Amino acid sequence: MIDGFLALYLFMLAAFTGHEIISRVPVILHTPLMSGSNFVHGIVLVGAMVALGEATTPLQQVIGFVGVFLGAGNAAGGYVVTERMLEMFKSSKKPAAGEGK
Amino acid sequence: MDAAHFISILIQASYFVAAVLLILGIKRMSSPVTARSGIQWAGVGVLVAVIATFFHHGGPDRILIENAALIFAAIALSTAMAWYSGKKVAMTDMPQMVALYNGMGGGSAAAIGASALLGAALSGSPEHALTVTQKVLAVVGALIGAVSFTGSLIAFAKLQGWMDKTFRFNGQQAVNGLCFLAAVVLGGFVVYQMQPGAIVLFFAAALLFGILMTLPIGGADMPVVISLYNAFTGLAVGFEGFVQQNVALIIAGTVVGAAGTLLTRLMAKAMNRSISNVLFSNFGGGGQAAAEIKGSMKPIEADDAASLLYLAEKVIIVPGYGMAVAQAQHKIWELSQQLIKRDKDVKFAIHPVAGRMPGHMNVLLAEAGVPYDLIADMDDINPEFPNCDVAIVIGANDVVNPVAKTDKSSPIYGMPILDVALAKQVIVIKRGKGTGFAGIENALFYQDNCKMLYADGQEAANKLIAGLKAVDGGGGH
Repeated sequence: MIDGFLALYLFMLAAFTGHEIISRVPVILHTPLMSGSNFVHGIVLVGAMVALGEATTPLQQVIGFVGVFLGAGNAAGGYVVTERMLEMFKSSKKPAAGEGK
Repeated sequence: MDAAHFISILIQASYFVAAVLLILGIKRMSSPVTARSGIQWAGVGVLVAVIATFFHHGGPDRILIENAALIFAAIALSTAMAWYSGKKVAMTDMPQMVALYNGMGGGSAAAIGASALLGAALSGSPEHALTVTQKVLAVVGALIGAVSFTGSLIAFAKLQGWMDKTFRFNGQQAVNGLCFLAAVVLGGFVVYQMQPGAIVLFFAAALLFGILMTLPIGGADMPVVISLYNAFTGLAVGFEGFVQQNVALIIAGTVVGAAGTLLTRLMAKAMNRSISNVLFSNFGGGGQAAAEIKGSMKPIEADDAASLLYLAEKVIIVPGYGMAVAQAQHKIWELSQQLIKRDKDVKFAIHPVAGRMPGHMNVLLAEAGVPYDLIADMDDINPEFPNCDVAIVIGANDVVNPVAKTDKSSPIYGMPILDVALAKQVIVIKRGKGTGFAGIENALFYQDNCKMLYADGQEAANKLIAGLKAVDGGGGH
């Protein structure tokens, strides 16, 4: 069980990590990054899967189904649009073929 | 070690790997060189976690086959739809798609909260019981997630043009405040006494508040709101992760929550607004009284503008969202290539809030093929304007308006701007004489060094290219 101060430390360290990672980002990447971080919280799908998997009543099944449906949309959609955006970023200094692959 | 225990450890290990990949993924997304691999690493992370979760057994080994089928159906259906829409959406419409997918994540987190709370309320079995901390975080996470859900849907509808940009009535703040208060009180009651009826009412109030909160916010402020809801969803996921005791959710959600909050603050700062100002004031869609500006706008013909460009050594192009609306970015890049061929120093100057989200303009230019090292941020390019022979402003307005520095009574006073006004010569490509998003007259247009080229963006770029070729016979050198 993660509780009390252990949980507090976890939240604190994760929050600092998020803050640190973002603070050095050039403006040109803000939109893809917002989109990318939008994909990252698509991990919520995992939680929704657990909720639906443990459902015992029809009501919980409906809520769980909605949760999984929405979470999967977050993850899949977030991934596709971010990948599409980042695919386009290339430098004039290097040949386009050697980029990001 | 028995099999169930082994699988449980395997699942935990997968979640750990997923958390590491997600953090490294975001980290790699913070540099243009590694950005693409970043989203791929993060993608593998989520995939690993999802596959591992298929082996997760609900409590004491009794996951219903029925539930497994439902999970599979929901994922297949939703992934297919989201994948298709994500592949098809135009780059200009990217902000509302991000809003939509983000809203879905918020809704998913709220659903996890609802499931946990109702499960604890309806079944008396100790295995569903929640600690007080779990109850509180389930309620707070659900509240934030639900607000992000309906709020993002409204933001999506507004940007998609399905909805009137602003919706205001007298006493709106009071109604919104009451709705928020109701959600908080009901949430508190739910923690105190797990009653199914109260839980349902709580969710209704939270979902309604998300709608009410977003309705009065105008289009210009939408980027900040979308970013804020992105941070909200992250936090909601982190809190619901605690309820489920899933560390991967706690870490990924909290990281996004913190990163998103910082990103939102950076955006609001770039627009010279505070976040509370965006949420609770009426700037975003309103028209202000135009300030009196002396002088006149001086039109210029495309051929004359082309001659100016031909004689220039240093050219800075300042694109705004209007350029993207006119789909002129490809033509503008073609024009830039013509200039580069003639040994001109060409750069693109991007205001932090150009487009509809910070960095949106960079994406649009990247789509047209502009290499990112020709694109300069405001702070880097501003010192270069005094040495710039010709600055071309296309589809940008408020972000180049010098009154932001000179007129204390102006609503945009204090907003950081691109110092286009300092260039030796400015050419503004514009369809008509209208004002920008903020509805303020632009003093730049009345300056002596500024000429107006009245045309559609694509048409203007075409004429400038033709004009350049006419001057030197088309060959460059």
